[in-house]
Amino acid sequence: MARAVTTKTKAINTAIAWTIAILIFFPILWTILTSFKTEGTAIADPPVFLFFDWTLDNYATVQERSNYFRHFMNSVVISVGSTVIGLIIAIPAAWAMAFVPGRQTKNVLMWMLSTKMLPPVGVLVPLYLIFRDWGLLDTRIGLIIVLTLINLPIIVWMLYTYFREIPNDILEAARMDGATLRSEVIYVLLPMAVPGIASTLLLNIILAWNEAFWTLNLTAANAAPLTAFIASYSSPEGLFYAKLSAASTMAIAPILIMGWFSQKQLVRGLTFGAVK
Amino acid sequence: MTTKRTLMGSAVGFGLAAGLATAAIAQDTTTLTIATVNNGDMIRMQGLTDNFTEQHPDIELEWVTLEENVLRQRVTQDIATSGGQFDVMTIGVYEVPIWAEQGWLTPLDNLPESYNADDLLPAVRGALSQDGQLYAAPFYGESAMVMYRTDLAEEAGVTIPDQPTWAEIRTAAEAMTDEENGVYGICLRGKPGWGENMALIGAMANSYGARWFDMDWQAQFDSPEWNEVLTDYLDLMTNYGPPGAAANGFNENLSLFQQGKCGMWIDATVAASFVTDPEDSQVADSVGFAQFPNKEGVDNRGNWLWIWTLAVPAGTDASEAAQEFVAWATSQEYTQLVAEEEGWRAAPPGTRTSLYENQEYLDAAPFAQMTLDSMNAVDTSAPAEGEIPYTGAQYVAIPEFQGIGTAVGQSFSAALAGQMDAEQALQSAQQITQREIDRAGYGEN
Repeated sequence: MARAVTTKTKAINTAIAWTIAILIFFPILWTILTSFKTEGTAIADPPVFLFFDWTLDNYATVQERSNYFRHFMNSVVISVGSTVIGLIIAIPAAWAMAFVPGRQTKNVLMWMLSTKMLPPVGVLVPLYLIFRDWGLLDTRIGLIIVLTLINLPIIVWMLYTYFREIPNDILEAARMDGATLRSEVIYVLLPMAVPGIASTLLLNIILAWNEAFWTLNLTAANAAPLTAFIASYSSPEGLFYAKLSAASTMAIAPILIMGWFSQKQLVRGLTFGAVK
Repeated sequence: MTTKRTLMGSAVGFGLAAGLATAAIAQDTTTLTIATVNNGDMIRMQGLTDNFTEQHPDIELEWVTLEENVLRQRVTQDIATSGGQFDVMTIGVYEVPIWAEQGWLTPLDNLPESYNADDLLPAVRGALSQDGQLYAAPFYGESAMVMYRTDLAEEAGVTIPDQPTWAEIRTAAEAMTDEENGVYGICLRGKPGWGENMALIGAMANSYGARWFDMDWQAQFDSPEWNEVLTDYLDLMTNYGPPGAAANGFNENLSLFQQGKCGMWIDATVAASFVTDPEDSQVADSVGFAQFPNKEGVDNRGNWLWIWTLAVPAGTDASEAAQEFVAWATSQEYTQLVAEEEGWRAAPPGTRTSLYENQEYLDAAPFAQMTLDSMNAVDTSAPAEGEIPYTGAQYVAIPEFQGIGTAVGQSFSAALAGQMDAEQALQSAQQITQREIDRAGYGEN
């Protein structure tokens, strides 16, 4: 009897989980489906779900009109670059806060997080002027700097949370064995924190990949990543939904595939320390 | 040893020569970064630029295509801060006089004689000039007109004259509405924004004899004319418009009309080429055109004018090359090139008189004459009836208008959505407009 209840509950839970998953995934699925429609079918009322004349014309048009590869490479360089630099800065910072906390550590952490509460547009003009004077407008290095700084609080916070789960005794034991600070971090702390670092890395690549405000405002032709590539397909006069969907699908495909293959790592990292 | 030295010398020599040659090429080549919007005509131009680069091998083109609002914000930010990211900017007719006055635009005084500026439509040239000097070159222009289903009008037994009044439009909307079959008599913009619902309502106000401000810069939303404008607009849309119209802009109405769900649609003339395109429109062969309506007794057909132009920012260091490109993209030769490559129907409309004298174009574009009549009816120096302290068209040509227009548009859209009545929406519009205009210091002199 108990077994029957468990099976029933399990089935209900599975159904709920599937429903929620489909609801969450539906906008992406709809975008992908729309990318294979004609502009006329894309706006059909009632909407057409699966039974329409599938076409690759939108992808051909997007390929013809835009330099996808250049945008893609910009996205890769900017998101990976900003994440790696962010980690290099954040690992020592998180180590210090997790293992050698001072009286102000909590306040420092809160202050770092508070920078995320400022609407980005509030600093747009000053930053634009600085970038203009330093010649950083429309450069990959400029965007790497901005995205590193924007995501740094999140990286530090995530790493801090993971590091706090690692017993201090292990690090102390390493110190007793004569490990220097460098060896302690590289050979003892980092191997234990790999899942946390990996998920931080993945999450930040995703955040940087999808960042649209700064990437649209600080770039023009040379450093524009895939977010600018998508934005170029929205039209004030004339139908554009199918072509926009094709451009969006091409832009999200790499990060979707990366997310798919690393989902175990991501979930493991994100739930790290949730259950003691 | 000698051989080795000779080889090394040669290699260094070649290297130096190659380096110098590359440097020379790099020095001689000018790269123009062009900011533009994504619409059919602009995309077509991008596809035809080989013609320009073949004529000008020393100029390279880089395109930055953006959504209209993003483009407006990006180019404004760049030009106001002298960011120098763009050498050619696509800007609207609204920005041209304001930016020219700020000294942000390079006067186009370097255009070749073959450009033939006298061929530009008078309304277009006037709107883009300051003291007789052209500050931006028109790429394509549009006014507004009525597009209607000839088959539905015939079935309903109504005739829409070439120059209809709003009363005739209401009668036709009532007759053509067939909600059971999903056909709505009239589709109009409802989405809030200065370039969205306020483009239509602004033009409608002009055609009703309403004005934004009197000579003392006092807002006029408490006038009986404005009351009539908004009451009639809401009446039309509530009784004969599609459901959820408060969210409809140009593209939403285009899609409804193309699917045969609108009896009439009053919007930009550029829509004519879309609704008559058999590839996308289910009603392509039964579309008629009429001029923008007016209120009986008011000699004003809305004064709707929009022009996408190419302008050269004052801060660019490639002004000469930029002007060469602008001249090419807006020339008669370019129009000819489009016609040769894609047919006359695709020619950018609403900028040059010669296009409307070309029989081949008139034959290919059934909407050509109505577009020309609508454009010629525009007077940007006196868009509204009565004495007014501003110029403009469906907008008021002052920098504050974007903010004011959008805020007023939000009130009117809320009224259309049923969140407030016409009286409340007008009161709110009056307050917002007067507050902003006082804050900006108009009327203090």
